[in-house]
Amino acid sequence: MDISSKEVLETIRMVEMESLDIRTITLGISLRDCAGPSGERTRQRIYDKITRVASRLIEVADSIERDYGIPVINKRISVTPIALVAEPCGENNLTPFAQTMDDAAGAVGVNFIGGFSAIVQKGFTPADKALINSIPSALACTERVCSSVNVASTREGINMDAIRLMGSIIKKTAEATADRDAIGCAKLVVFCNIPEDNPFMAGALHGIGQGDLTVNVGVSGPGVVLKAISGLGNAGFAELIEAIKRTAFKITRVGELVAREAAKRLGAEMGIVDLSLAPTPAVGDSVADIIEAMGIEKCGAPGTTAALAILNDAVKKGGCMATTYVGGLSGAFIPVSEDAGMSEAVAAGALTIEKLEAMTSVCSVGIDMVAIPGDTPETTIAGILADEIAVGVVNNKTTAIRLIPVPGKSAGDTVEFGGLFGKAPVLPVSTFGCSQFVSREGRIPAPLQGVRN
Amino acid sequence: MVANRFDISKFPMDSDDAQSRGDRAIVTVLGVDQIGIVAAVATVLAECRVNILDISQTLFGEFFAMNMLVSLKDCTVEMSSLKSRLDEVAETMGLRILVQREDVFRFMHRV
Repeated sequence: MDISSKEVLETIRMVEMESLDIRTITLGISLRDCAGPSGERTRQRIYDKITRVASRLIEVADSIERDYGIPVINKRISVTPIALVAEPCGENNLTPFAQTMDDAAGAVGVNFIGGFSAIVQKGFTPADKALINSIPSALACTERVCSSVNVASTREGINMDAIRLMGSIIKKTAEATADRDAIGCAKLVVFCNIPEDNPFMAGALHGIGQGDLTVNVGVSGPGVVLKAISGLGNAGFAELIEAIKRTAFKITRVGELVAREAAKRLGAEMGIVDLSLAPTPAVGDSVADIIEAMGIEKCGAPGTTAALAILNDAVKKGGCMATTYVGGLSGAFIPVSEDAGMSEAVAAGALTIEKLEAMTSVCSVGIDMVAIPGDTPETTIAGILADEIAVGVVNNKTTAIRLIPVPGKSAGDTVEFGGLFGKAPVLPVSTFGCSQFVSREGRIPAPLQGVRN
Repeated sequence: MVANRFDISKFPMDSDDAQSRGDRAIVTVLGVDQIGIVAAVATVLAECRVNILDISQTLFGEFFAMNMLVSLKDCTVEMSSLKSRLDEVAETMGLRILVQREDVFRFMHRV
């Protein structure tokens, strides 16, 4: 037998005891062929296409789980940004498109569908405006729909008008879902340098450069990395990094196998494997725990940014060898409510919004799943967005921000979103304002880093 | 002398890769050692026409671990019913029995 018992047992241990799983198989579906002048007919075509091409998604994911013994936690769908698909209809309220997405996702049995989105780093078309203004109602009346708006890129700079608008849309979305602790905001991501093949929600969409039907896979595995490094004691950095790289390689190989197999069984193209370490609220499945296992007393303490930088880099180096097509976000995630260790660090007072901002300059996301006081002014939200977006633009990386201003809650209260969204204490936000700054109109040009030809 | 030496190029070096691996799986049995584990598992496999290609078995103190490389080529039942029949054995004897396609191990531990 060319596989040793030790290797078999290692794989089984990773699955059974360290929460190794495939976090998501996401089927990317182009809806460009659905667009037309009639809103009603466009929506019908969207529904028909999604339910036709994704009808076997759940069945295929389940068969892969059964054959390989690797749990496939989520099956999801990403679609062409709806602002593009809805453009020819000329409708002002695009909420019905979200309802169609929700219905189609429900019909095929997926838990999330991403792509109620607009790409506006340079400016808005009428459909972009219509989509963004429909976000609060769209997220309030649907269960599975996720929304994202790309407001900046390194090549094109920052659309400050979009950031100001998103400050207000985030508040309105929170109010529209106030009865559910502003859950709508957990499904709304503001992006800089949005990846077009990201399999992870809430920021997944099927970009315009993609094929008709693509399988993108997101792996998991913070628990496996934690186990690999927690036995190392006071080992040097070389040994620490080697352990992370080896583990990332193994996790990603499983993703590669599943992506290939899922694409084959679905008759779709294999897109990418996203190397991200995606935590869940489950105990031991936490990026914060990994940082703490490296020797940081509590996530957020001095040293945290360096530890996260090491983790992010080692995951990429190990993972890149394991898959031919790397894509999506590919790095460590630090979503506060979705990571039990992060949530605890906030509760302990170790992790602040300012430290999170610093951490996002060395990992793949932005200030993510952070509950803030409900009375935070929309200009302050826009200011936080602008800061994060600037981090992404200048560092030529993705930043993805999910801020949740929970109505009626103040700093120190706890919010429970349930399921994979987890729970978190409300973080205090600076009470000093920035309204004059964010009220200035126009765009911030691309930095020199973006002028690379 | 030279004429009698075995010609290495005639050895089927790639035979393992040449045959289809898609229908191979690894059956892992874990639990407390007791009489009849191999017999019970092998009986179910034989009834389902699953061919055992290789077996490795280890004892860790009182614990028993066995990996079987099997071929599902002539298997007469679906993977899911093979699993549930092995689960019955596992239940009766207080074991855990897993069946996984071989690729997952090959992918994870080999480039």
